[in-house]
Amino acid sequence: MTRLFHVLPALFLVWFAAFAATLPAQAQPLRLQITEGVIEPMPFAMPAFVPENSAGNQYSEALARVVSANLTNTGLFREIPRSAHLGRISSFDASVNYSDWRAINTQALITGAVSVSGNRMNVKFRLFDVLSGQQIGEGLQFGGSTDNWRRMAHKVSDAVYSRITGEGGYFDSRVVFISESGSRGNRTKRLAIMDQDGENMQYLTDGRALVLGPRMSASGDRIIYTTYETGSPRIALMNTQTGQRQLVGDIPGAMTFSPRFSPDGRSLVFSAARGGNTDLYRMDISSGQIQQLTSSPSIATAPSFSPDGRFITFESDRSGTSQIYVMPANGGEARRISFGQGRYSTPVWSPRGDLIAFTKSNAGRFHIGVMRTDGSEERLLTASFLDEGPTWSPNGRVVKFTREAQGGDPALFSVDITGRNLRRVPTPGPASDPAWGPLLP
Amino acid sequence: MTLTSKTLLVLAALALAACNNPRAGGSFGGGGADGFGGPGGFNDGGISVGNLGDPNDPNSIAHFQQRIGDRVFFTVDSSSLNDEARSTLNGQARWLTSNPQYSIIIEGHADERGTREYNVALGERRANAVMQYLVSQGVSANRLRTVSYGKERPVEACAAQRCWDVNRRSVTTVSGVSS
Repeated sequence: MTRLFHVLPALFLVWFAAFAATLPAQAQPLRLQITEGVIEPMPFAMPAFVPENSAGNQYSEALARVVSANLTNTGLFREIPRSAHLGRISSFDASVNYSDWRAINTQALITGAVSVSGNRMNVKFRLFDVLSGQQIGEGLQFGGSTDNWRRMAHKVSDAVYSRITGEGGYFDSRVVFISESGSRGNRTKRLAIMDQDGENMQYLTDGRALVLGPRMSASGDRIIYTTYETGSPRIALMNTQTGQRQLVGDIPGAMTFSPRFSPDGRSLVFSAARGGNTDLYRMDISSGQIQQLTSSPSIATAPSFSPDGRFITFESDRSGTSQIYVMPANGGEARRISFGQGRYSTPVWSPRGDLIAFTKSNAGRFHIGVMRTDGSEERLLTASFLDEGPTWSPNGRVVKFTREAQGGDPALFSVDITGRNLRRVPTPGPASDPAWGPLLP
Repeated sequence: MTLTSKTLLVLAALALAACNNPRAGGSFGGGGADGFGGPGGFNDGGISVGNLGDPNDPNSIAHFQQRIGDRVFFTVDSSSLNDEARSTLNGQARWLTSNPQYSIIIEGHADERGTREYNVALGERRANAVMQYLVSQGVSANRLRTVSYGKERPVEACAAQRCWDVNRRSVTTVSGVSS
């Protein structure tokens, strides 16, 4: 298998220096507050990237399209169509004529340039606050293989998003999920990975064995999932660089499933079911040593670590219906945090640490929701026939999840934490169980 | 008929009501063929073929599946066995006791109205409830194995109550030997 994560060979320029120095002072006028929910998206202009040599021509429009799509898909930005542009960016280094952009109500102007030499390309961009008439941050450039042209567009998008929102980006990231085909009663399910925008999909398993619920490690180097290749649920660990895989977490006589990595990537937490009882276990990956975390005569499953690794949130029906609990990461007393109407499942701790996303079913409807980690301030983001299994964007501002319309096929959707901007994530066919990986280096 | 440890599977499964030819080879159960790896060539893959027999023959697998009934149903989120389920399982236990050459896989299934992880756990709980009951009726525990498919293998796909009712089930699949 080829490497799944190509590191851009060289990202030159002074990324952090440029950033830290200029962001606080100059980004202020353009700042968007994501947490408040943006009702009026910020208008931006994204002219074609200026080709700095003839070989750069073929990427000039393509790069701009990817950046525009990324920003537009956040729901926070609105592109001013190219046909309305009065100004023209014909040279990356020429000064910007702000009045041309003000006249069409542009707030953010993004300019870019691209040059290509052989299979190497160089992509540059600048961001301007049109109203105050100044550049935001310094220009950045990215260099790498032309195979990675989309990743460079994603990095431009992440930088623009970060400078305007003050949050980390999430465009240069990947998602593992389950690609489905065949009849509903005998589905073929394959592990697959793709860019967060649905591009560059690759299959990671061949479909012979039923596979469920993949998760990515915090560094993106490994994937863990449930497989029926032995005829019964077992946990498999796959290295995304080499494609090597192995079964892990054997507990004699038990079905094991619902695995998730600890934030440091050194251990797993998962469920083991035997004798009519499902408990949580933790395994040290390198030694294989297994520790039982819960022992309740009930179901405990869907565990997820807090980003500092100190706690685990999980669902249990020990109270009679599925509810969300939090316990220390090495076991111990679990505290119930969900108390609303209905059943609560699949809690997932935000990478920022501030929220837990979950699935809720109540009165025949399913919801994706978020609550604070003490269970307060519950907020439902979606409602449908069947929504389940939220997964967080690397910046903790967006969740992807599985939605299945009544009688329809499952598909991946995303929504932001204010409940706005519900969108379908494009996949080649029916898809489920998304797991969003980290922002790539 | 002898039980040899190597003989595998007449994975004679459920849904053979649909199978008019009792001599047809074993088909996989509601669980589906999540087989081991191995190249999918055209050899027999170590799978032997056996007869399901005539449903009128009380010792046939066809009889077990069609006359006794290979499945029982559950209410939402429950693994409790109702009177009808116990009656079916009593019949299964009698058949299994008088046909000791077979081993059994009990599949637990859930409807689609729950999350994937919970349903795997719930399916295990259902399969285990059936296993415990069969043991209580005299079937040797070492002949029994359970597997949960959660909501992954519905028998009906209508996304409505009447389908969910039959998808919340356990299926007792008879495997073992013939001759």
